[in-house]
Formats: sequence, C-alpha cells, structure tokens
Amino acid sequence: MRRFFTPLAVLTALMLAYAPVLIANAPFESTMGLIQKIFYFHVPSWFAMFTGVFICGIASVVYLFKGRPQTDRLAVAAAEVAVVFGLIGLVTGPLWARKSWGVWWQWDAHLTMALIVELIFVGYLLLRAYGGPGSEKLSAAVAIFGMANVPFVYVSANIWRTVHPPTSVVPELGRTAPGMAGPFWYCVLAFMLLFTLLFSARTHLERRRAELDELYLDEEE
Amino acid sequence: MSVIRTTVSACCAWLLVASAWAFQPPPQREFVPVSQLPPTEQMPAAPLLISAYAFVWVALMVYLWTIWRRLNKVEADMQALERRMAQRSGTR
Repeated sequence: MRRFFTPLAVLTALMLAYAPVLIANAPFESTMGLIQKIFYFHVPSWFAMFTGVFICGIASVVYLFKGRPQTDRLAVAAAEVAVVFGLIGLVTGPLWARKSWGVWWQWDAHLTMALIVELIFVGYLLLRAYGGPGSEKLSAAVAIFGMANVPFVYVSANIWRTVHPPTSVVPELGRTAPGMAGPFWYCVLAFMLLFTLLFSARTHLERRRAELDELYLDEEE
Repeated sequence: MSVIRTTVSACCAWLLVASAWAFQPPPQREFVPVSQLPPTEQMPAAPLLISAYAFVWVALMVYLWTIWRRLNKVEADMQALERRMAQRSGTR
C-alpha cells in the first residue's frame, strides 16, 4: 500500500481540486437553485462514512470470532475516518436545510437515525480511548450494532414520511438529471479515494502503535 | 366604578389587539415563487454553500494534520525506545 500512497494522494488532490470546476458547471436544480450544489460533497461524504462503518463492522465481526489483532486495528482506523466523514455530512446537511427547509434541523426518521449512527461510532472511539484493557471486544460489539443501523438510515427516507429527499434519487440520477450525474459520480469517486487515503494513513498509524507496544514489552522483559 | 374599570380594561385590551393587528403582514392569497419574494425575505444561498465547502476542507485538513502529528509522536517514541534498548544492550 505504501507504494501506491503517493500516486493515490496526488490523484486525489487533483480530483478534489478539479471538482469545484465541475460542480460550478453542473446544471442548477430547478427548485433549490444554488444551494443544491452542497449535494456534491454532502452525499459522497455519507458514501465514505458508510464505507468506513461497514469496514469497521465486518472487521469487528472477524475480530470477535477469530481474535486477530490486525482486524481490530482496521476496525478502529475505519471507525475514526467514518466519524470524520459523518461529521462532514452532519454539518453540510443543515447548511443545505437552512435554505431549503427554512430550519437547520428536523427530528425526522432519516436525520435522527443518521445522527444516531454517528453517535454510536463516537461512542465506539470513546470506548477505545477510555475503556481500558478489554474494551476491544466490547467496542467490536458496539461497531456491529452501529453497522446494523446503516440500512435503516438508507431506507428511512424512502419508506417513512420525512422531509429529507428520498435516497432513491441517487441511483436514478443518470436518468432523471444526466447533467448532474457526471459531476456527482466524479465527486463520489474523489471522496472514496480520499477515504482510501485517510484510512490507509490511519491504519499505518495503528500498525506503528502496535509495534511500539511490542517494543515496550520487549524492553520490560 | 366597576363600569369605568371594565371600560378601561376593554379599551386597553382593544389597543393591544389593534396594535398587533396593525403590524400583521397582509395575508398571502396566492403562490409566490421564491425568486419574486422581496429581498428582505430571501435567504442568500452563497454564504451557506461557501460555509459548507470551507468546513469540508478545514475538517479534512485538520484530520490529516492530527494523523501526521500522532504518527510523528509514535515514530519519535519508537526511535527513543530503540536508542535506549541499544544503549542497554551495549552496557551489558
């Protein structure tokens, strides 16, 4: 991975630098106007957040059943990156809502569930930081619980009456708004590359920490 | 006396209601597109959009900086520990 890190970082930086040009040239949505352009960063940040949550959840399942420390390291790295992207989604969403709905926040099913998933993973990180020895297994269970919430977040905007636009508009974007689909999927790709970059950097940090812990143990012996 | 008190109370109540009524905006009787609203009732989108993009960039940069800082600390600890272990094995 280290061999690919620099080319990946350059590619991601170039893609993110070009993204505002594509977003500015994308067509305006007829009812929301300019504010709809937040969508190009808001939705990809949730894509990245959910990817992190799934990596964390699956790595936690493997850790609970196999007890491999490297899967636990993957889980904690993915959880932290997921929380960062979730925070981006939770801040950019209300900025869009203020203009579109007239309020910053609505306690409807979709928004509340998204906030709950974010809080579960903040809880996971707090547990890892302050839970002491043995908190790895407890936090792995928390991660699985958090991952189980993600499908509900996705479908909540489609099956319940919420003020949030249905998430089903995203797969249909190529048909309903072809001019927006290109820039949107470009931003999704850029964010997924960014996620890969941050995740690999964070995993490297966890690996080095584990090596340091081993060195401390060696010194004590 | 009670008639005067009742009349004064009624007048005060009427003045309160009348002033509230006077400041009421005229009722809206038809659909008004957002683009035709008076400027005082329109919320500009640009500051919100710029805030959103600025937040994304700042959050990512701060997070990248925290990873870099933590990694530097681990590397420094590791080097210090390796030096200490090398010194200890040299003295034995």
